[in-house]
Amino acid sequence: MFGTDGISKAFGGAKALSNVSFQVTPGDIHCLAGENGSGKSTLIKIMSGVETPDSGTIILGEERLKSLTPREAVAKGVQVIFQDFSLIPNLSVAENIALSTDLLEKRKFVNPARNREVAAKALDLIGVDLDLDATVQSIPVSSKQLVAIARALNQGVKLLFMDEATTALTRKEIDQLFSVVRSLKEKGVATVFVSHKLDEVQEIAESITILRNGVVTAEGPIADFDRKAISLAMTGLDVTEVRLAPEVPSDTATVLEVSNISSKGRFKNVSFSVKAGEILGITGLLGSGRNEIAEALFGMTAIESGEVSVKGTPIALKGPRSAVSAGIGYVPQDRLTQGLFLNQSIRRNVMASAIERFLGAAGFIKGAEINDTVNTWVTDLKIKTDNPDNPATSLSGGNQQRVVLAKWLAMSPSVLILNGPTVGVDIGSKREILEIIRDKALEGMAIVIVSDDIPEIVQIAHRVLVVHQGEVSAELTDTAITESSLYKELAA
Amino acid sequence: MSYITPLSKRKGLQLFGSPNEIFLIIAIAVLSLVIGFTNSVFFSIATPFDLLRSSLIEILFALGLLIVLVSGGIDISFPIVGIFAGYTTVVIMLNLGLDTYSLWIPLVLAAIVGAILGSVNALLIAGFGLPTLIATLGTTGMFRGFLLSYIGSVYIANIPLGLDEFSTADLISIQTGSGTLARLHVLVIPVLILAIAIAFMMRRTMFGRTIFAIGGNEESARRMGMNVRWTKARIYMLVGALSGVAGILYISLQRKADPYDLAGTELEIIAAVVLGGASIMGGYGTVTGTILGVLLINLIKDNLILLGIPGSWQRAAIGLMLLIGVMSQAIADKRRAKQATVIEEDAS
Repeated sequence: MFGTDGISKAFGGAKALSNVSFQVTPGDIHCLAGENGSGKSTLIKIMSGVETPDSGTIILGEERLKSLTPREAVAKGVQVIFQDFSLIPNLSVAENIALSTDLLEKRKFVNPARNREVAAKALDLIGVDLDLDATVQSIPVSSKQLVAIARALNQGVKLLFMDEATTALTRKEIDQLFSVVRSLKEKGVATVFVSHKLDEVQEIAESITILRNGVVTAEGPIADFDRKAISLAMTGLDVTEVRLAPEVPSDTATVLEVSNISSKGRFKNVSFSVKAGEILGITGLLGSGRNEIAEALFGMTAIESGEVSVKGTPIALKGPRSAVSAGIGYVPQDRLTQGLFLNQSIRRNVMASAIERFLGAAGFIKGAEINDTVNTWVTDLKIKTDNPDNPATSLSGGNQQRVVLAKWLAMSPSVLILNGPTVGVDIGSKREILEIIRDKALEGMAIVIVSDDIPEIVQIAHRVLVVHQGEVSAELTDTAITESSLYKELAA
Repeated sequence: MSYITPLSKRKGLQLFGSPNEIFLIIAIAVLSLVIGFTNSVFFSIATPFDLLRSSLIEILFALGLLIVLVSGGIDISFPIVGIFAGYTTVVIMLNLGLDTYSLWIPLVLAAIVGAILGSVNALLIAGFGLPTLIATLGTTGMFRGFLLSYIGSVYIANIPLGLDEFSTADLISIQTGSGTLARLHVLVIPVLILAIAIAFMMRRTMFGRTIFAIGGNEESARRMGMNVRWTKARIYMLVGALSGVAGILYISLQRKADPYDLAGTELEIIAAVVLGGASIMGGYGTVTGTILGVLLINLIKDNLILLGIPGSWQRAAIGLMLLIGVMSQAIADKRRAKQATVIEEDAS
């Protein structure tokens, strides 16, 4: 038996966990679900010895412990695979797996032949065949994950936490990961998936514990839960997923016209058009080219042939600047590195794209006008902050995404491209963000949503393009857009 | 059961830098031919012997720098550490009347002085976590000032006997057709042994692998249970000792101890190590590549005049080589990053 019994933990005055109990037995496949800030990470940190609980016990096999050090946690078989895998990119697969055993055995010398043998054995245990001599940076993400699992196994893992394990994987790679997890199950390893993206995890997990605000709100066999029940337990809100897409006025003009664009190795012969007030969804598996198409429309990936025109005028997409001046806005996938100036104030972030419209004589910035505009956006988009001069880091994921949205809406683009607009955003905020997008469409903005979140696409899009191997493989409209039809197209 | 075919068959390609080493060998060969056809004096057994002699000390410094670069840092204090340790050793020996034929006394003494100076770098970098460039820039100034104010600023022509004698210790000397004596210095053997030892240390010891791991991803190395701070501290002490040895041998070969010597040589050593394939970002680098890099730089430096290029262009040429080395790394990185975005999904 592994887990916790009545664990509580507070940081300063804020309670991160209160009286949390969860148990798994060897061979279990468990899912620990909760939104950002629900206490999932704190719980992992306690189990891996990084944080000490204020009260309650940690259960590790026969032992009942009040606290744990990271070293003890590893010695007792607790391992966490973080999203970055904690591998050494320039060392070989063999060394990444075997060096930790060398370290445990306090060896002064390393023997490549022995390391290869140790690594091969560990990979064999999970039924995986990898090039032992390849450097870790040259192998795909899915293989890196397998290397991390093999390393954990080598260190005698009994309880394995996997943090957002499926986020960066394609469907095929997820299947592969699941078969590895099943082979761990046969070896008596308990695996805990920590996730807020439940569609895939639901497939493999046998039981689930759901956290909200540091409290367990639901637990039990996963078969007892449908998606609605899970999202209710996660958010406390009865969020119904209704179609939000408004009617498109039939007589509006085409705003974005994309004809036959290609980029070698990324996408080919992609054509579509978007009318004012229309919301076009583009979906596809990871690596299908959907992301590259989105970036190309904002000038971040070179278009080698074909034409893009906005309001009938062909434009040369040489880079983001030319896209912006043609009236294209882009909400990127990775808001932390591409969408926000994290250490700058919310105010400056909101104004970053529209600053040229607030320049007075001699290029000075008109401060007062900016303040008024920012305050309007903060109210309109319900950005939860008591002061727009606080840095963007002070906001939660959902609110940060609203700032990114505000930044682009402030420049009033005629076309807005959103790449994964609600990735890492909690369910409550997600609904509100989708509503903002819908309202902008009603005002006549042409919108392109690129996403692999099928329920989201179904909720918001008028029309959906499915991308497969860089080409548009299907186009669905209105009533034909259902979750099952989209999943079918994706699997085709 | 086999689930995965590796994305890349480029086995350990970057790890051993072999294409880069082959490129360096070709560059050295082509350049030699060009110089030789311009000036036939070049085609003589004396040329490789002279090239080696002028490269040996630089190889010692370069091997030290290689270790630092692989760990993801940079050290620009090694020339001053070298001359500080060498000059101080000479001063100590002369003051104590140790004007002996022994070679071990000056070598050990210089290594100790070098290690002490290196531990100052170690304290700043591993202890206080300062950025390596800034820390070693600061110590460069400190060490130089300390050397000139407290130890001496005068040129010493009469160095201890052992060091003086060693300068003419030849392994081979051949009478060439043109009547000059082609001499290969005996130092070539200890330098070769040291190079092999460092290569072994980098590849086969936990210390060496930890250095690579820190250069690859410091946080991951820490999470793997490696002692990152202690490894860094050892790196800078080791490099200090190595620089000290290089410094005293430099004084021996020059047959004089001048505290103003070696200043500015960091440019060509860094250029050589980077051309040798060591990544300026850390994590990659080989001993073979480093030695080839030093040889190439010295070949260019020593023979610009034979090619009809004024000697004043020497530093410009070396600076250019450094930029070429860094640029080729940047281009390779960019190409690798580009490859990663290519659609890998196969038909299923």
